[in-house]
Amino acid sequence: MKKTYKVEVDCAACAEKMQEAIKNTEGIKDATLSFMTLKCKVEFEDGVDADAVMQEARKNCKKIEDDMEIFL
Amino acid sequence: MSSKQKKNLIRCIISLILVVALSIVFHIVKAPWWIELPSFLIPYFVVGYDVLLKAFKNIRNGQVFDECFLMTIATVGAIATGEYREGVAVMLFYQIGELFQSIAVGKSRKNIADLMDICPEVANVLHEDGTITEEDPDDVEIGSIIVVNPGEKVPIDGVVISGETSMDTSALTGESVPRMVRAGEQVISGCISLTGKLEVKTEKEFEDSTVSKILELVENSSMHKAKAENFISKFAKYYTPIVCYLALALFLLPPIVRLIIGMPADWLDWLMRALTFLVISCPCAVVISVPLSFFGGIGCASSKGILIKGSNYLEVLANVRTIVFDKTGTLTEGVFEVVSVYPEEGITEDYIMEKAAYAENSSNHPIAQSIQKAYKENSEKDVNNSRIDDVKEISGHGVCVKVYAGEDNQGAEGREVITPEHEHIYAGNLKLMERIGLKNITPHEEGTVVYVGLQKCESDANCVMNEGHDAVPEYLGCIVISDRIKSTSEKAMKDLGSQGVRTVMLTGDVDKVAKKVAESLGVNTYRAELLPGDKVNEVEKLIEEQGSGGKDAENRNRLAFVGDGINDAPVLARADIGIAMGAMGSDAAIEAADVVLMDDDPAKISLAMKISRKTLSIVKQNITFAIAVKVLCLILGALGIANMWLAIFADVGVMILAVLNATRTLRIK
Repeated sequence: MKKTYKVEVDCAACAEKMQEAIKNTEGIKDATLSFMTLKCKVEFEDGVDADAVMQEARKNCKKIEDDMEIFL
Repeated sequence: MSSKQKKNLIRCIISLILVVALSIVFHIVKAPWWIELPSFLIPYFVVGYDVLLKAFKNIRNGQVFDECFLMTIATVGAIATGEYREGVAVMLFYQIGELFQSIAVGKSRKNIADLMDICPEVANVLHEDGTITEEDPDDVEIGSIIVVNPGEKVPIDGVVISGETSMDTSALTGESVPRMVRAGEQVISGCISLTGKLEVKTEKEFEDSTVSKILELVENSSMHKAKAENFISKFAKYYTPIVCYLALALFLLPPIVRLIIGMPADWLDWLMRALTFLVISCPCAVVISVPLSFFGGIGCASSKGILIKGSNYLEVLANVRTIVFDKTGTLTEGVFEVVSVYPEEGITEDYIMEKAAYAENSSNHPIAQSIQKAYKENSEKDVNNSRIDDVKEISGHGVCVKVYAGEDNQGAEGREVITPEHEHIYAGNLKLMERIGLKNITPHEEGTVVYVGLQKCESDANCVMNEGHDAVPEYLGCIVISDRIKSTSEKAMKDLGSQGVRTVMLTGDVDKVAKKVAESLGVNTYRAELLPGDKVNEVEKLIEEQGSGGKDAENRNRLAFVGDGINDAPVLARADIGIAMGAMGSDAAIEAADVVLMDDDPAKISLAMKISRKTLSIVKQNITFAIAVKVLCLILGALGIANMWLAIFADVGVMILAVLNATRTLRIK
């Protein structure tokens, strides 16, 4: 399952770090964050609850970069 | 400017005024440090509180090395060593730089967003009882009737059932001349109706409509990162920690060495050098400008009707040295039409066309259809199907039909009376003419030629193919059919040639036609009479022939294939880069290719290559410039020659220059 989320982040390097954090969240197969379009495409593992997983991903991102937002 | 940017701008201005004012005041009146320090701390906190806060939060979360951390250390260090003014200035200029960068990025985002503005918000659905309701395009079912008023965008692909208008297709194709659209014609979502009201019957769901496809494609393009971008993100990952450790070493090692050899340690001086070093080292100039350049390049291309599916394809496109074109539909319009008729003496053009139209009436072949079309357009009479009997297609030769006379014998009920008198019409190539006994026809050189022969028979005898028949059919003349060459194809070849690109044309057409097209366009080489499968082999051969150009794997010479995406998907995939003619809504083309030309104009290829080369050269300029300035300043800083001001230039100045340079990609012409 794939979903696209709108994100807000201020710098390209931070976007890169966010992408890593989202990728490393459990239940997420792959993620690509584009700093330019401020969109994040997330591919989930089969049979996970996307909303719950994204909450977790958002928490992980907040840890590395406080000044960002994922619009769930 | 967003509200956040405005707030930051105000902070920067207040802080700047305070710093200047304080500098003047303390220049005139000498004050003790316990007055000077708190005074300077005011503008410092005004402009830098969020950086300090972020640095603190990041450290708490175990993320030590980042820009905010560097800035905090450097400014706190500068202030600690008594350089209050410099400390505040570094923070101030860092923030101005950030603001500038955010404006530049925002601006290029907006440029893309303008392109994205093709997306329609509502669809006016016309119901059976005549009422019109506004609905979300997502909810409109296939086959619904929607109303498009003047000035509105077509929300969903469909066919016009009533009304006519001139259509602005520029958002999709970059083509500024409006197109006339009438009932019965297809309309593509995203186009704007300028003058008239249309009723459109939808043929697709919103998500399958052209506009959705394009939006998806452009949005995804920045997800395919170029090698240069990946290099930069890797670079930043290792660079920042390395620089931090170097700075630490610069602070610790020389004083220790000096202590050992008995000199004064000079801790303060080395601390300053280390801090200067840190400020200079900030990698943001490169990190921000590279993706920005690629994004700008893709944005610039899309505004001209060239959709590039990823930054990586810009890199490939810049190295293309051979471009292989499919002929039909790419260099030519892909629509056959009758260009001229050459009747024999005593025979009119209309007569030949009528006979040919009867002969070709039952065929779906593009050539047959072009004859039918030409006949319909120029004649009041239709082909009367009931007069046609006994159609024989002779593969590789042409067609032979038996047509009863009777057109003029109107019966009592107004129906045509079909009489036994009939004729056989032969339409086909020279081989067919020879077979029916017409041996001395002068062949025509140009295009695809249909020769027409006629045999009148009085009885119902079967005289097909002239076998066992004494009389030789009468030769009427020939019809020349040609696939019109696109008006921009020649310019495309010329432009590519001047860029040093080799052009090759592949076609399934006969050698004679291919040669003529190739020569008139100035294509370097051509291969004719290829089956669809042969094209892949040809492309493979050409890739091998071209070789790497003596360069490494990343920068090797590349080959592009340009097709209309209809039956050349395997070739599009096999080439280093596949360029498809978008054909205004052909999903197959958009799916299969890496680059899509929305208005089917081959001249756009050289423009696309120009954009990609410019973008890459800007990327290279930025990387080289930023790294060179940084390394130079780092050395100067380590030697103690560079002061904090130079460091600020090396950081913010380089970044601003790099961002400005990157935004040039948006304006490539």
